[in-house]
Amino acid sequence: MLMTNIENIPGKTIVKHYGLVSGSTVRAKHAGRDIMAGLKNLVGGELKAYTELLQEARDEAVSRMIEQARQKGANAIVNVRFATSSVAQGASELYVYGTAMKVQ
Amino acid sequence: MAEFYIKFGIFLFLVVMGYVAGSIIESRHYRSIREREAENLDQPIVTFLKNTGESDGITSSRLVMGNSVVSIDYFKKFLFSLINFFGGRVTSYESLVDRARREAVLRMQEQAYSDDIIVNVRIETSSISKGRRNVVGSVEALAYGTALRYKT
Repeated sequence: MLMTNIENIPGKTIVKHYGLVSGSTVRAKHAGRDIMAGLKNLVGGELKAYTELLQEARDEAVSRMIEQARQKGANAIVNVRFATSSVAQGASELYVYGTAMKVQ
Repeated sequence: MAEFYIKFGIFLFLVVMGYVAGSIIESRHYRSIREREAENLDQPIVTFLKNTGESDGITSSRLVMGNSVVSIDYFKKFLFSLINFFGGRVTSYESLVDRARREAVLRMQEQAYSDDIIVNVRIETSSISKGRRNVVGSVEALAYGTALRYKT
């Protein structure tokens, strides 16, 4: 699956549009990570556990989007956008969306 | 009275520790950011929507992204609660968000180390954990864009 966040896939011609595809996931941080983060909160610095957690969650959202595009018969997704929102205390939703299309 | 002193002592310890450890971590982080930014100077990152026009010379295009979560230290949090009362420029949070963003951009560039340019770069920031009294504890920065490789 080809993915870009510009309007086309450079060097390829668009054959067919399939419309919007999206994927989302809601993740909560678990207690062990939270305690470590609480300690890290005292001295500051990067929270590696959270960085990885959000990265994994975003990858999962992307793979859901890819799955949806594949079902429609697309082989590329253009204009991909990411959005993050906190839905509840300690949980955030990671949303990714784009336009599925077939290119040659 | 003794209880008050103990509480005050713990608070003072946390503030001092936050200041000392926080400054060391921050200066170390900034040094590493500056070094890696200097290394990546030859790879342009631009926010244009489209590529520079020579679209037929492009051999590969893909989505790259990088993220980073940076947390604030106890001293800065304390400083913020004081500034919040009087108002003014909150430098402690400025450096926090700045570090997160620059780190995220660097990680994105790391993914695209074999590409020539990253176009349409978008950077977004979100606060991921809010502690007591709704004070922001850590911020996440996400940078993403399309990495392009030209025919050499």
